[in-house]
Amino acid sequence: MQNIIRVENLTKKYEELIAVNDISFSVEKGDIFGFLGPNGAGKTTTVRMLTGVFPSDNGEIYLAGYNLKDNPFQAKQKIGVVPELANAYLDLTALENILFMANLYGLLGSKVEKKAEELLNTFNLEDRMNDKVKKFSKGMQQRVIICMALINDPEIIFLDEPTSGLDVESRRLIKNIILELNDKGKTIFLTTHNINEANSLCNKIAIINKGKIAAINTPENLKRTIKSSQSIRVSFDKDIAFKFKDWDVVNKVKKEGDKYRIYTDTPDELIFKLTNLARNHKTKIRSINTLDPSLEDVFIKLTGGDKT
Amino acid sequence: MRSRIIKLKLKQIFAIAKKNMKIYYFEPPVLIFGLLFPAFLFLAFYQGRQMPIDDLFPGLLGIIFFFGGSSVGPFIVPWETRTKTLERVLCAPISVSVLILGDIVGGFIFGVIFSSLILIIGMLFFEITIKSMVLLLLAIFISAFCFASLGTIFSALPTDKPSNVMMLSNLIRLPIIFISGVFVPINQLSSMAKLVAPLSPVTYVTDLMRYLLMQESYFSVTLNFTILSIFSIILFSLSVYFHRKTLLKRI
Ligand SMILES: Nc1ncnc2c1ncn2[C@@H]1O[C@H](COP(=O)(O)OP(=O)(O)OP(=O)(O)O)[C@@H](O)[C@H]1O
Ligand SMILES: [Mg+2]
Repeated sequence: MQNIIRVENLTKKYEELIAVNDISFSVEKGDIFGFLGPNGAGKTTTVRMLTGVFPSDNGEIYLAGYNLKDNPFQAKQKIGVVPELANAYLDLTALENILFMANLYGLLGSKVEKKAEELLNTFNLEDRMNDKVKKFSKGMQQRVIICMALINDPEIIFLDEPTSGLDVESRRLIKNIILELNDKGKTIFLTTHNINEANSLCNKIAIINKGKIAAINTPENLKRTIKSSQSIRVSFDKDIAFKFKDWDVVNKVKKEGDKYRIYTDTPDELIFKLTNLARNHKTKIRSINTLDPSLEDVFIKLTGGDKT
Repeated sequence: MRSRIIKLKLKQIFAIAKKNMKIYYFEPPVLIFGLLFPAFLFLAFYQGRQMPIDDLFPGLLGIIFFFGGSSVGPFIVPWETRTKTLERVLCAPISVSVLILGDIVGGFIFGVIFSSLILIIGMLFFEITIKSMVLLLLAIFISAFCFASLGTIFSALPTDKPSNVMMLSNLIRLPIIFISGVFVPINQLSSMAKLVAPLSPVTYVTDLMRYLLMQESYFSVTLNFTILSIFSIILFSLSVYFHRKTLLKRI
């Protein structure tokens, strides 16, 4: 498959702070590529360089075959962007906002107006297209911003935390839109710190931490890389106050509601101990499952912190 | 390829100017500083003198052209930093100079419309004869461009508070008015004032108006136009220069 995004040795400093530190990766055409990392990892900084908002200090970026530095006009025509903290113009209508963007890509006339109306239609905004955006809810505004990113019919779509701050319904809508766009052959570059979102949407994930890429793979392969995070979830008929941590087969214990999640490298040995424990406390095991490492475990392991 | 990019740039300039017209022309601070401020300034001046009002017209027009042309520009970039619309624009295939030129054209059109309206109203109420309509239009155009460029320079102040920019712009615009000999013909200025007056572009606009309305001027018409053109080029270049320095710091 063709690499539609290629990044080589990308670096960005803010004075002393190295926000993005010599990263290289590529994205295949048709991927939904997740860029996952905790707050301050350098996700937005990377997106801003990839979308040409500001230049990198070092490194090369190729978008759909064009070098962003040498051919900025051609490269930028190929992309659509939903920035992290962007707004539509509140004093313009939804339609005016989209047409303004179209104009910036050199698109004028009735054909693009029709396309804008079609987009608004797909996003359930057709009744409100002549209303000023300041009257819109946050979810509606976000939909307008996505329409603005699609008007130039881009091959690659960058979305920087597109669902943060939205309710369940708007989130679901945006997820569906991402899947639909991908169905139509668009490549998606999705920045998020939401692990579930990355897990359910992306077919490739890069985990970024402190400006470095810690891992890059399919979600399933990422999970496989950390065997040691296998765990057992167990609950007992009556609560037994027991320090599981004292067993040397146990790596870590988390209480999850009325259940315990116990991390171990040797699940079978742990199960044996748990059954004995229940018998000694004159109680029964109500439920027990072994769990494979989740993407969250991978994330925590690689970023050395908690999920945000 | 080159001609395609030039065409794209023209479309972008036009699109940005159009957006600015829709959003900023009716913002209260633009109207206050573009319209009311020159009116107050004029009244304050007129109050204190026993002069025929006709003699004050050229200076009044100088002030109006100046404030009209430079009142939109200071707002746009700080406002768009604050409302977070700037980043989306920078994702498009656009260069800083085109973005700034779009803002200048927005201010320019405001200046032209505003100056023309005042002139038309003036002609309805007072007996004004204009020596040459063509020169008048040319003067309106060049001063609107010159002052719109100046207004856009102020907006390069890297802040997202339009009030900061407004403060800076008035701190600079008011002294410019005071050194420009707007209500006193240059030949009647003190020798000190005569030295500083040529530093202000408003001096040349007013002198042109004096020529067009009263058939007398201190500098020649050609010199006035030449110096205004030089001012325009310098102010436009400075505007692009400063914005190149500060625009990316705003993101
Ligand atoms: N304009 C700036 N000036 C100085 N430092 C900055 C600037 N923008 C970002 N940083 C710093 O660079 C680092 C990376 O920031 P970035 O915004 O790229 O992180 P992020 O992964 O997008 O985080 P989040 O999940 O919070 O959006 C952070 O430490 C941040 O404080
Ligand atoms: Mg971010």
